[in-house]
Amino acid sequence: MADRPDTRSQAGSNKPALALHVPEPKYRPGDSVDYSDLDIGEAGGQPRPDEACDPKDMHELAFGLVRVLGEDNKAHGPWDPKLDPETLRAMLGHMALTRAFDERMFRGQRQGKTSFYMKCTGEEATSIASSMALAADDMVFPSYRQQGILIQRGYPLIEMINQIYSNKGDKLKGRQLPIMYSSRDHSFFSISGNLATQTPQAVGWAMASAIKGDSRIAATWVGEGSTAEGDFHSACTFAAVYNAPVILNVVNNQWAISSFSGFAGAERTTFAARALGYGLAGLRVDGNDALACYAAERWAANRARANAGPTLIEFFTYRAEGHSTSDDPTGYRSAQERTEWPLGDPVMRLKNHLIALGEWDEERQDEMDRKAAEKVRETTKQAEANGILGHGLHHPFRTMFEDVFEELPWHLKEQAEQAIKEREIKFPGGLKL
Amino acid sequence: MSEAMQKETAVDAPAERRLNMIEAINDALGIMLDRDPDVIVMGEDVGYFGGVFRATAGLQEKFGKTRVFDTPISECGIIGVAVGMGAYGLRPVPEIQFADYIYPGLDQLISEAARLRYRSAGEFIAPMTVRSPFGGGIFGGQTHSQSPEAIFAHVSGLKTVIPATPYDAKGLLISAIEDNDPVIFFEPKRIYNGPFSGYYDKPVEPWKKHKDSIVPEGHYRIPLGKARYVTEGDQLTILAYGTMVHVVESVCRTKGVEADVIDLRTLVPIDIETVENSVKKTGKCLIVHEATRTAGFGAELSALVTERCFYHLEAPVERVTGFDTPYPHSLEWAFFPGPVRIGEAIDKILSE
Repeated sequence: MADRPDTRSQAGSNKPALALHVPEPKYRPGDSVDYSDLDIGEAGGQPRPDEACDPKDMHELAFGLVRVLGEDNKAHGPWDPKLDPETLRAMLGHMALTRAFDERMFRGQRQGKTSFYMKCTGEEATSIASSMALAADDMVFPSYRQQGILIQRGYPLIEMINQIYSNKGDKLKGRQLPIMYSSRDHSFFSISGNLATQTPQAVGWAMASAIKGDSRIAATWVGEGSTAEGDFHSACTFAAVYNAPVILNVVNNQWAISSFSGFAGAERTTFAARALGYGLAGLRVDGNDALACYAAERWAANRARANAGPTLIEFFTYRAEGHSTSDDPTGYRSAQERTEWPLGDPVMRLKNHLIALGEWDEERQDEMDRKAAEKVRETTKQAEANGILGHGLHHPFRTMFEDVFEELPWHLKEQAEQAIKEREIKFPGGLKL
Repeated sequence: MSEAMQKETAVDAPAERRLNMIEAINDALGIMLDRDPDVIVMGEDVGYFGGVFRATAGLQEKFGKTRVFDTPISECGIIGVAVGMGAYGLRPVPEIQFADYIYPGLDQLISEAARLRYRSAGEFIAPMTVRSPFGGGIFGGQTHSQSPEAIFAHVSGLKTVIPATPYDAKGLLISAIEDNDPVIFFEPKRIYNGPFSGYYDKPVEPWKKHKDSIVPEGHYRIPLGKARYVTEGDQLTILAYGTMVHVVESVCRTKGVEADVIDLRTLVPIDIETVENSVKKTGKCLIVHEATRTAGFGAELSALVTERCFYHLEAPVERVTGFDTPYPHSLEWAFFPGPVRIGEAIDKILSE
């Protein structure tokens, strides 16, 4: 509803007063949540067009929800990727490990072992299942909540923890905020922290791959809130103009810190519908349905690899936890949103699907969760031997001035000498530099 | 003769080939496109049309549409995709049509390109050269005349390069493209077609009469971070770059002043040794740039000279700059730091 304008300025005028609309989420702390008006459609109800489909012939897919897993825990319809049980169990394993990792790292931050952490609870499928649909050497340009990709690609957990602790084992030399990983070996681009900047970069990488006649494609992930950045518009424009082999994944988890998706335009249309104005293929997908996430990403990957064009995918999901360790969502949203979320929990849904297939049971799930927690605990211990944030076991002091440029210019040499002098004054008697 | 005066790369070229600065830049781009299959040139109007200043004329025809191509009007997009191309392994040379248009690309330059090597500990780099015409004196009004070099000089991780002659433009551009760090390459558009004495009401002198319009064929480099002596003299040191090098030289000639006129060529990393040696010799330093004054690059130069040469100085360091206003269309010659402003400053510093 529009806010009532200040009518005093209109005194004496018979022109209708203009009114500014400031979006307001439906539910605030303490409110009862009712999602019955949310149209989530039926699992299996969406058509699956050919991957070379003209974007104008698939408009409806930008407004519905591609869903595979039904209430009956079975896979339905043309988007069923028909994955074998072994692959499904591997997918579930990555999701369980990611969740265990998030739990442990969140606690580590609360225990003062690092400054910052971000969980992806409830959104695991949007990174893990979609990443499994790509080739291992397709280049990914993630935002800060796709740790699932690294876990799926087999990046060693200890490297992640070293980075989170900014310790002496940190391959990024303690320079980056925790969780801003980078791994060239895993085709995982350096995470920025500035929002949506990775989107045109992914398009540029894809353009380069096409210029070179390569076969690798690029994929990027961005939050729905960050689609408001100009970079995202640039990315969509360049992707469409050059028919770049790229997938633009928008993770619509409903909340950008305390701003609900309405502040990025969700009251008017879907994020997948952004694709239509650019002439991109647009898919809107149940982001808590791992099979749908996999199927949509594979569809887009096949399309890109066949030079048939880029795709914008909206993963419709819910950020079950706070934005980060620095955020307290009880201050701005209703706690019932999480429990009432009509698309459920992605880990539970995949687990129940495997059970329904007769390929899994609760005992094996407990064992999987226990082993995941154990692995994280063990690895955390190993990483702590390299130090935790603020406890001295960081990278050698001189590395601070490296990598600003390929070669150290004179002014940085001078500043490095100054910094060394400061250390000697502060720690007389010799602290390791 | 100082070391910086000597040509860093020996060349044996026919002395007759004379190019203006646009032709020299075009030559450098063509050579790099030819030598390195990872070099690509992109920007608004740079493809079929060859650029609004003609710097890329003929390159698309020669190297094809996937090496030299037009882009959407989106500086954020141009720099953003160049970062991604660099991550892939290409060596993009984007053109920003006017330096005044570069601001929508600043986040991609400052937060991304400049910091990528650092934040990824060398896993990813952004080896791009962003070419852009800058500066006034062509009746471009406030959106086609600015000199924003200080913004980029302030950013750690960026190199800022500004040529003042066709010979330098070619050699510096080749070095910039080959450099593995992101380089901002500002081209002084007032002197694209000829050096400029500062007297806007006099006929334009073509480059062909200038000794530095002799541009050898083929590949040569001028190293980044090395300044150039334009003239040598004992009365004072004048630090300048781009268009102002020629205005300063002309004023000194007219007034009969014998100065060390130093063309900095690279602002970051600056050739401090050449600056220091000269100021310690002359004891007087004048800094000239076209950009606005407050927090301009002249302030940095003034601080460096004062910090490092204070006990050799016989007069306060002086700055001649543009005024702290937008570049006014009808009054651009009142804004431009021309011969009168420079002449006055020289008189003042020499009277100390």
